[in-house]
Amino acid sequence: MTLDERFTRDFRETRGDQPLGTRNEIVTGPVSDWATDFSHLEPEWAADPYPIQDDLRQRCPIAHTDRFGGGWLPTSYEDVAAIAYDTERFSSRSIIMSNFRPPRELAPVGGTPPISSDPPFHHDARKLLLPVFTKKEVARREEATRALCHSLIDAFEGRQDVDAAHEYAQHIPMRVIADMLGFPQEDGPRFREFIENALEGVNRPPEERMERMALLFDYLLAQIRDHVDNPRDDLTTYLINAELYGRKLEPSHVAGTMALLLIAGIDTTWSAIGASLWHLAKTPADRRRLVAEPELLPTAMEEFLRAYAPVTMARLVKEDMHWNGVDMKSEDWVLLSFPAANRDPAQFEQADEVVIDREVNRHVAFGLGIHRCVGSHLARMELRVALEVWLERIPEFTLQDPAAVTWAAGQVRGPRTLPLRVAYA
Amino acid sequence: MKVQIDPQRCHGHGRCYTLAPALFGEDDEGYGQVIGDSAVSPDQEHAARLAVSNCPERAIDLVEEA
Repeated sequence: MTLDERFTRDFRETRGDQPLGTRNEIVTGPVSDWATDFSHLEPEWAADPYPIQDDLRQRCPIAHTDRFGGGWLPTSYEDVAAIAYDTERFSSRSIIMSNFRPPRELAPVGGTPPISSDPPFHHDARKLLLPVFTKKEVARREEATRALCHSLIDAFEGRQDVDAAHEYAQHIPMRVIADMLGFPQEDGPRFREFIENALEGVNRPPEERMERMALLFDYLLAQIRDHVDNPRDDLTTYLINAELYGRKLEPSHVAGTMALLLIAGIDTTWSAIGASLWHLAKTPADRRRLVAEPELLPTAMEEFLRAYAPVTMARLVKEDMHWNGVDMKSEDWVLLSFPAANRDPAQFEQADEVVIDREVNRHVAFGLGIHRCVGSHLARMELRVALEVWLERIPEFTLQDPAAVTWAAGQVRGPRTLPLRVAYA
Repeated sequence: MKVQIDPQRCHGHGRCYTLAPALFGEDDEGYGQVIGDSAVSPDQEHAARLAVSNCPERAIDLVEEA
C-alpha cells in the first residue's frame, strides 16, 4: 500500500499532459567533412576522436553539423569554458544531443534535475544533492568499494585473459550507485540497458527511445513505491522526503533525479577506470612507475581524467545570435566537448601527451561552472580505489590485441571491451 | 603570504582541499574554505601553489601580505 499520493499514478499517465517536443530527420552514415557534418555517433569518432578534434581546433574551431537538426562543436578550451559559464544564452534543457528536442516549457527544471535545469531553479535543486556527495560523505563508502574491487579480482584470479571493462570496471560504479540509491544489486544488467538507450541509442527512432525511457521510469516508480512503503537510509528515501520551497518534490523531480544519478553515475566512471587501465596496459613505463610509486597515483589519475575525459555535455542555444564568429540559431545544439578542451595546446603544455606527473592540471573533465559534476568526489574515490587495488593485485598487464578494444560512441566515451593479458602479484 | 578563495568562482571541485589539506577544508556542500587565518607558512608554499594551479575555476589566489 503506497500512502504517498504523489506516486500512485503511473508516469505514463501523467506524461500525456505534457506538450510535445520537436523531432528532426535522423541522419547516419559516414561523415563527409568533420567541419560541416560532424557526428559523435559514428564509429570513426568512437574509435579515436582526438585527431578529429585536434584537426578541427586548427582549421575550424567551431564545427557545424546539419545532423540532429543542427548543432555546433567548439573544440578550444576557451570556447568550451565560455559556453559552460554562459547559462544565460545556452540552456541545459536537454544535455544529450539527439534527434528530439524536449518542449521549451520543460525549462528551467528539465527532465533530470539538476543537470537539465537552468537558473534559478538549478541552484535549489542542486543544493539538495550537494551534501550527499561531498568528499567527506563519499569517503564513508571507500572501504566497501575497496572490498568490492578485491572481490571482483578474486572472481577471475588465476585466469590469464581478462576483460577489464566487462569483468572489473563496469561493476564498480554500478554497485556503488545501486547501494546509494537502495536498488537491488542483481538489477545491474537492467541498468546497462537503460544507460545504453539514453547515451548510445541516440540515433534510434524517438518513439523507440521514449518507450525505452518509459521502461526506466516504470522501474524507478517501482523502486520509489517500495521505498515509500519501506523507508531506509539511502538516496531514494532521501529524495522522497526532500523539500523545496516548503513542499515535497514533484514526483517527476524525484524520478528524474534518480534517473540522472543512475545514468550519469555508471557509464562515466566505468569509462574513466577502463581508459586508465587501457593506457597503463599499452604504456609499460607508466605502469611500472605507478606500481613502484603508488603515491603518484592521485596525480596520475588527474592526468588520465584530462587526457581521456569520458564526458561531453550538450546545450541548446536559447536565441539566434552571432557567437565567436558563427551564426547560431535558436534551438541549435552545442556539443560541449570537455575532452577537446582538455587537449587544447593553448591551455596545456604537451597537450597530446599523457604526463603522469603533470603538476599543473586545470582539466575540465568534470565540467566548469554551476553544473560541475555533482558526483565528482564519488567518481574520484571510485577511480582511485579501483586503480590502487588493480595495481596492487595485478602489477603486470598488457593488451591482448589493441584492435580488439572497443569504445562506446556518443557523449560518454570509454572502453566497453578491454581484453587484457594479466599476471598476478 | 595568504591564500584566498573567491566564493563566486568556487564550484566545489575540491582540488584545493585535496592538494593542500592544511590550508583548505570543505564546507557542508563541498565548497572550498580557507582554514584558520589563511597565512601560508614556508613549508606549505608548494601545496598552496599546487592548489592555485589545479583549480579548474581559477578561484584561488596567493597574495603577498602588505
